[in-house]
Formats: sequence, structure tokens, C-alpha cells
Amino acid sequence: MKKVVKNADEAIADIRSGTTLMLGGFGLCGIPENAIEALTRADVKELTCISNNAGVDDFGIGLLLQQKKVRKMIASYVGENAEFERQLLSGELEVELIPQGTLATRCMAAGYGMPAVFTPAGVGTEVAQGKEVRRFGDKDYLLEYAFEADFALVKAWKGDTAGNLVFHATARNFNPLMAMAGKVTIAEVEELVPVGQLNPDEIHTPGIYVHRIFQGVNYEKRIEQRTVRAKA
Amino acid sequence: MALTKEQIARRIARELQDGYYVNLGIGIPTLVANYIPEGIEVVLQSENGLLGMGPFPLEGEEDPDLINAGKQTITTLPGSVFFDSALSFGMIRAGKVDLTVLGAMEVSDQGDIANWKIPGKMVKGMGGAMDLVASARNIIVAMMHTNPKGESKLLPACTLPLTGIRCVKKIVTELAVLDITPEGFLLLERAPGVSVEDIRSRTAGRLVVKGEVPEMVV
Repeated sequence: MKKVVKNADEAIADIRSGTTLMLGGFGLCGIPENAIEALTRADVKELTCISNNAGVDDFGIGLLLQQKKVRKMIASYVGENAEFERQLLSGELEVELIPQGTLATRCMAAGYGMPAVFTPAGVGTEVAQGKEVRRFGDKDYLLEYAFEADFALVKAWKGDTAGNLVFHATARNFNPLMAMAGKVTIAEVEELVPVGQLNPDEIHTPGIYVHRIFQGVNYEKRIEQRTVRAKA
Repeated sequence: MALTKEQIARRIARELQDGYYVNLGIGIPTLVANYIPEGIEVVLQSENGLLGMGPFPLEGEEDPDLINAGKQTITTLPGSVFFDSALSFGMIRAGKVDLTVLGAMEVSDQGDIANWKIPGKMVKGMGGAMDLVASARNIIVAMMHTNPKGESKLLPACTLPLTGIRCVKKIVTELAVLDITPEGFLLLERAPGVSVEDIRSRTAGRLVVKGEVPEMVV
């Protein structure tokens, strides 16, 4: 069993144009910085990206949008990414906006081997268009399908050579869910340790879900909204 | 006198009860955390994956891996817990969150809410708002009574794409506190010095006034 690869370029070498990718992270927190950077150097385009956000103009998935490498974006929040909003409104980029919990749950369903789930999010809104509505008790729910993704790119705090992952603070977010959901899951970690070094009680993602892992480098970990309080 | 944003937040904070788990949206709702009444313990849920959200960090102690759903740097508290986004929305969907406070562009007199998109002009995305409004047991909207053009945001029916239907329970604006009832917006309190007629003229949806409407205590 060899899961460890040298770096991001090796890890993503077989990602081709037209591929569907999942990318972990919430805002810029816990995003797979190294894999995204490697994609900016790779000869790929027409990507479909599933990620809660699309980074900011000059960081995260925003870098791939700048290079026009993304054909379709499936996300829950555009937020303050001006280039994303511009490409969306002009129609250059196909965008499917879906509720955040639905996004998370469609990843989870894929990782749990369930083809679909029912959720009340979006009932009576344009999100419900074309979807099966089922009533349970006195409430309506939408049928939402599990995602299918060729690759999941995730970022963890620590990982071992068997692919077991541990996340830190709110950088966990979508990462363990997408790790479970990818046909091929690529994990980058801040600290890669030999197998046996992680406490089995404290592993968040079992290595069975992780196909490739590498020691990440030069993490910028950019903060979107730096908020502080004055010393008392 | 119309309320300031801080006063709106302070008024909403009086709705909190001891032991509540609360999700606060971006904008005025975030300010509610500053006015939690003395002697009441609430746990703040941040839908990116945290229960027990603490205050902003001291300068120099920011952790880029520790943010709230508004992407602001924050801290933890004793008893805080991190989890993934599916679990986060699982607890929301299962009705474990007692109160959700969020902003809105429009609210209808049936409790429909619109707050994520202006077709052709602005797209923010729904983020977690659609999940929250579809499942939270109690939803309070914090918003201005009118939009920047002076048009009422309390309508007979929303004109913008909906976030959720028949879900809002209460609205606190700079002018009034109103409940959503089968008859429409029930006026509960007026901002100090604001008349019922002022509120009526800025409310496009059905407004119900029963008896003497008290002034808010701010």
C-alpha cells in the first residue's frame, strides 16, 4: 500500500480536462492550497468544481476562475468574490447555487453509499425546481442526490502514511465529507507522520477513504475577515 | 426615534432564554451576541462547524483555522466543540437549534423570506440560510423596515427569489417589533417616538394593530 506521493503536482497529474472535482474548505479556511496551485500550473480546463465557496479573486478557487479553467461551479455562497459574481451574472460560468447543508449532505450521502437524501431546505424556492417533493408527516422535503466526483481535494492538519486524517478547528468543515465522497481522494496535510503515530481515538477520517496523501508546503492560510478585540 | 442597529440587536437579545442554542446570521444578527442578558447562558452555533463561539481574539492571537460563518476570526470557550458541516446542518435540520436570527431583503405577511439574490444585479448565494429557515423552530428577522429607496421590506408577497416559505416568526426593525400571524404582521411594540401611522405608512403588507401599542423599552 503506497499512498504517499511526493507533492501536489504528482498527486494531481492524472486530473484531466472536463473532470468533476470536490474541493474542501469554507471560505479560505481549510482549502487545499497546494493542490489548487498545482492545478493553476496543469494543462486542465472545463473543470466542474464542487465547493462551498469559490475563494476570493486572487486566492483559492478564484485562481482557477481567473484562468478560466472552470466550466461549472457548484457552491452555496458567492459572497465577496467579485470575479465569481461577474462570471456568474454574465453567464460565462455555469453556476449551480445550492443550500450549504444540502451541499454537505450530498457529500455525506456519497461517502455513506446512499444514492439520495430528503431535506426540507429549499422547499417552495427556485432550488426546488424540477425536484421530487415528498411529504413526511406534515412537512415537505426535496429529494437530493448524492454527488459523484472524480476527485476530492482535501486539506487536513495531520495525516499518516496510511491516509488517516485529523483536522484542526473549523478548518474541518467540508473536508472529511468530501474525503469520503471522491472516487479518488487526494489529501494534503500540514504534518505527515508515520503510520502508528496518530491516536486511533482521535482520527476524523479513516484512511480507507484516502487514496493519495502528501506533505503540503508553504501554507499561506489567508484570513478573509481579520476581527480582533482590544486588550482589556 | 428609530432604533440604531445596536438597539435592534439589544431588543432581539431580550428574546433569548437560558439554555438556548442560537445561530446568528451575518450583519445585525451578529451584534446580538454583545447583548446577552445577565444571568442567561446561551450557546452560539456557527454553521461552518462550531458550537460555543467565543469573542474575537486579541490582536496577534488570530488563528486562520478558527473562523465563524461570516469568515471572521473568533475564539472558543470552555465546552466548545468542532464538527464537520454535515453534522452542523444535521443538528439544525433535527431542530436542536432553538433560535435563528438572520437578516432579510424582504419578508411577506405570511412569513416568507427573501435574502439571497436580486436577479440580474446581485447574487450572494443562500449559504446556510435555506437550511436554517427550513428547520429552525423559531426564526427572528433583524432588518431595516425599508430598503435604501424607501420602499417597504414588509410585503404582502415577496418579489425577490425566496429563501424559505412560512417560516419567519418575528421581525425587529428600527421602527417596530412585529409577529407573523395568520392575519398578517401583528404590531407588538413601537420604537420610542414612532407612531402607529409611521409604521403603517412603511408597511406594505397587512398590518394588524390591536389596542394600544406600547413603546419599546430600549
